[in-house]
Order: sequence, then structure tokens, then C-alpha cells
Amino acid sequence: MTAPTAAVHRVFVVRELGIALALVLLVGVTFAVNTRFLSAQNIKDLLLSSTILAILAVGQAIVIITRNVDLSVGSILGLAAFATGALFQSTPGMPIPVALLIGIALGAACGAVNGGLIAAARVPALVVTLGTLYVFRGLDYTWATGRQINAADMPAGFLKLGTQSVLGIPVLALFAVVVLVGAGVFLRSYRSGRELYAIGSDPDAARLYGVPVGRRVFWAFVTSGALAGLAGVLHAARFGTIDANAGLGQELNVVAAVVVGGVAIFGGSGSVYGAALGAVLLTTIGSALPVLGINPFWQRAAVGVLILAAIGLDRSLAVRMARRLRGGAGRGR
Amino acid sequence: MAVETQPITPPRPRARARGVLGSWDLLVLVALALVIVVGSMTIDGVGNPRFYRFVILEAIPIALIALPMTLIVITGEIDLSVASTVGLTCSVLGQLWHAGVTSLPLLIAISLLLGAVLGAVNGIFVTVFGLPSLAVTIGTLALYRGLAYVVLGDRAIADYPVDWTRDMIAPIPGTVIPWFVLVVAVLALLFGVLLHATPVGRALYAIGNNAEASAYSGIAVMRTKFWLFVATGVVAALAGVFWTFRFASARADNANGIELSVVAAVLLGGVSIFGGRGGLLGVVAAVALLGTLRNALQLADVPANALTIVTGTLLIASVVGPNVVRMARGRLRRRPPEERTQP
Repeated sequence: MTAPTAAVHRVFVVRELGIALALVLLVGVTFAVNTRFLSAQNIKDLLLSSTILAILAVGQAIVIITRNVDLSVGSILGLAAFATGALFQSTPGMPIPVALLIGIALGAACGAVNGGLIAAARVPALVVTLGTLYVFRGLDYTWATGRQINAADMPAGFLKLGTQSVLGIPVLALFAVVVLVGAGVFLRSYRSGRELYAIGSDPDAARLYGVPVGRRVFWAFVTSGALAGLAGVLHAARFGTIDANAGLGQELNVVAAVVVGGVAIFGGSGSVYGAALGAVLLTTIGSALPVLGINPFWQRAAVGVLILAAIGLDRSLAVRMARRLRGGAGRGR
Repeated sequence: MAVETQPITPPRPRARARGVLGSWDLLVLVALALVIVVGSMTIDGVGNPRFYRFVILEAIPIALIALPMTLIVITGEIDLSVASTVGLTCSVLGQLWHAGVTSLPLLIAISLLLGAVLGAVNGIFVTVFGLPSLAVTIGTLALYRGLAYVVLGDRAIADYPVDWTRDMIAPIPGTVIPWFVLVVAVLALLFGVLLHATPVGRALYAIGNNAEASAYSGIAVMRTKFWLFVATGVVAALAGVFWTFRFASARADNANGIELSVVAAVLLGGVSIFGGRGGLLGVVAAVALLGTLRNALQLADVPANALTIVTGTLLIASVVGPNVVRMARGRLRRRPPEERTQP
């Protein structure tokens, strides 16, 4: 590895270590205040609460890496969650894997609408997904017409999915781990995965180089949609009660988690591991504050400070890296 | 897929009619007129003056914030923290009243000052530290909303003098139109003149088209952007004052989520999300269109929540439509070859 690429590499490793360290620090301090914070039950709760946000963050990270954004994930989650409940209501005997597949397929279809419009009509992702945020949520409302689906309408086996653990790890969290590792390996080691970074760094250059930009971006949105669909099914399993408001307003939390996790908002850098860590960190803050004796009303403010700190840190790292690559004062150190 | 085989050309500016009205502004205005005419003929109650009073009251906060937001988006930036600024202003206003500050001018002055500070914080992060406004204002969206909860918790302060709450929504004497719409009109005029008739306005378009080139041509890019964020904060705070007295309720979750409604109106009004294109008239027309359509359909018994489908579809159509037309035209009429090879 040459000196500059080593420097680049080091910066990114530092970035993810930084967020992991912040998480360890937060957990450590909270544990010191109250040892029950790390009780088996509480760890389980933490993992359960971060799972859905983490899965959404992985999908969002893939999209943001290509210099796009998907604001419709909260609405897709809501639609998939309601679809799951409604399906169980109409066909009580439906096997659980079929419910998962239908949720994922529904999410992927929504993602294909986003990706299709963005890639084929060449319109900005922010505008299109802001539009589909409203459209998908509206479809959800129209379908639900104020109904609520309760735990009694869903099979016990499905609801157990939301509470069950294997070796102390909640099943839902295992879904998140599989998704995370799958996406991580794809982005790191596959040609098309690397091309997503190329697109995010410079879409025009990527196109000139021969990267099928439209197709890659399309599939990034399909993936994000499919993961939001999966998150919707898991939401249904975890909470047991679904109305048309599931996932309302989640989109900006997801983007926040991704940004805190070190994925640059204008694409081209970051990793899904960072994004997932960001999701876990944001969730952990929520449950750590009351333990630390801080008024829980401070939670959102703390999240805000964290986002600003994260992008500030990214900026200073980027400036330092640029200086190093130019062979400035930092070289040779 | 056909996408990759297409030539790389920078997006061409929307074809615009010369004169005061851009073709897009005209289109939105025509749509607005159509909704009003068809609505009052087919839906009972849409022709009623009280209907418009309600539409206007509902649209005022969105209309207010959309004004400075238009200028910000034209420079290629965005401010997603506006709804949280409204919420924090409401909280502080309510808490001050609760703590015994009874002078209305003082309360309004403190609120606007607070808005200026919140806007300046955004501005400093974006201009001094050079951070992307999308990320910064997602951060301050959470921060300001969080502070609103810190100030007020989950309480609601609602015991304002009846004069204040009644006067805030009082009509102009002899009409049913709320007087506050005059404040919006004056601000719209100010921002409109600033954007369309002054060097500052030209500079905003220049910044949106190419910030670097603008800086080299002597435009104070950073200072301009900074003051735009401050102005957005002040106007959002004004919307917060209106919100508090209109609903006679200060709560930390006031105006939750309206940032996306504002952005939707600005984009539907023909402002390009990449900056450099659009105008204030189209945005004002879009706010009116969305407000009227929503309320008219509500009277027609379309469930309120399903109306979001209309908002979303309009928004998508507003960007996809022109692009598809352009692509179709481009395919019919062969473009000159030098355009194809442009990077």
C-alpha cells in the first residue's frame, strides 16, 4: 500500500473506531452509574430497539454512498408493516417466511418506483423520495382507513419472532446482523459494490469510466426499499399493534444515524458498519440518559449535538487527509 | 436499461417564457385557478368565503417559511431545521409568559431574536465550518426540537389573554380575510423584490449556479448564505409566534414535521433543488395550490390523510414532467453532435 492510500485507509478505520469508542464510552459510563444497565434483559432491549433503525440505516447508507438519499423509507416501513398485519388477518395460516418475503417484495417494489423515476427520468432523489414519502404514506392511510391491527390478529409464532432469543441474542437482531454483514461484504469486495462508491465520488467520471450509473443507482434504491420492507415486517412482529402511522417521521432519524456513522452526506465514503453503529449509538443514548439521571427530554438535543459533532469530525478528518494527500506537513509522520 | 446509452449533457434550464411570469409559475397559477373554479362548481362550500379564511389561516406558517426557504434553495442550500425553530420559539414564548413576562412586544422581540440566533447557528456551521447544510440542519432539527422539550417538557401553556389569541386571527375589518395575511404579503413583497430586482437577488442565482465562480467574481458567498440562514430563523420564529397564539397553545411538538411540507411547496413552485433556478411567485402559488386543494378535497369527503398522495404525486410530476418532455423532444429533434460529447 502506498503512503497516501494508507493514510486514506487509516482515516476510515479511525472514523469507525471513533464511533465504536463513543459507544463503548457511553455504555461504560452508564454502567458505572448503574450496573443494571448491562443486565441481560437491558442488553436485549437495547439490541431489539436498535434493530429496526440499524436495518434502515444499512439501506440508507447504500443509497447515500451513491450521492442520493431515500426519504421514503419511513413510509415504506409503514406500508410493509400494515401489509403484514392485513395479510395475517385475511389468511391466518400464512407461514412466517412467506410474510417476510411479501414484506421484502413490497418494499423492493416501492424502491423500484423510486429508483426507476430517479434513474430513468433523471430527477433528483431528494425530490422524488420526498414525493413518494407522501404517496406511500397516503396509500397506507387509504388502505388502513383508520383501522388498527392488534396482536390478536397475528399468529403467536410470528409475534414470538419479536421477543425470542437464540443464545441470549434476540432473533430480530440476528436479522440485522445478517443484513449488515451481507451489505458490508458486497460493498467491500464486489465490483458492483465498489462502483457504488465510484458513483458517489463523481457520478460523471463514473459514467465516463463505463460504470452503468443508472442501473447501479436503481438497484441501490431497490435494496433500500427491500430493507425498509423487511424492517416493516419486523416492526409488526416486535410491536404487535400496527396502524397507518408505523415509522412516521423515521426518515430523518435514519439519515441522522447514517451521518453519525461517518457516511458522507454527499456520497463516496463511509461504510454500512459505521451506519449500523450510528443507529445503535442513537438508540443507546435514549436509554442511557434516564439511567445517568439526565432528564429524558434532553435525548433529542443530545442526538442533535452528536450529529453536528460527527459531521464536524468528518470535515476535519477530510481536511487533514487532503493535506496529507497533497504531501503537506503531515507527510512521513 | 436505456439510461446508460444516453449522452451526458448537463441538465438544460427549463424553457421559460420571457417576462414577469415564467412558464412554470403560470402553470401553477393556472392549476390553482382550475382547482378554485372546478372546486366551487362541484364541491359544496368551496365557494364560501369562510372556506378561504380557513385555507389562509392554515397556509400562513407554511407560506411564511417558504419565502426565505426559496432564497436558500436557490443558493443550493437547504434548511430542514425550520419546523424545530418554530417549536423552540413556541416553547420559549410559552415559558416566558408562564414565568411572568406579560408585555406582548417584548415577547415577540425575544422570539424573533431567538430565531435569529438559531438561524445564525445554522449559518455558522454551514459557512464558517464549511459543512453541508443538509446534514447540519438535520442535526439542528433534532437539537432545536430537543431543546424545545427541555424548555417545556410535555406541558402545554395555553392561558394567554383572549385579546392576543383573538387578535392574531382577527379578520381585516369588513372582510373575512385574516389580517395576518398582510404580514405575509409584505414579507413576500420584500423577499420578492430582494430576489428579483436587486443585485443581491442576482447574486443568489449566481451562487446557486456556481458558487466558486461567484466567489471569484466578487460575490461574498459565505456572508450572503449566513444572512439567509439568519433570515430563515427570524421568519420561522415569526411563524412560531403566530402558531402559539393561533392555536392558543405552546407545546414542544408544535409544527412537528412541517419542514418537508415547506420544501415540497418550494420545489413544486419550480425552484430547482440544485439551486440557481426558480422564483418567488411560483412558490407562493404552490403554497396556495396545495392549501386550497387539500381543503377542497377534504370538503369533498376525501379522507384527510389520503390527501398526502396528491401532494406527493404533484411533487413528483413537477420534476418528472419537464424532464420527460425534454427527453422526448431531444429524441424527436436530433441534437447537434457537439452537445453529445460535452462532459
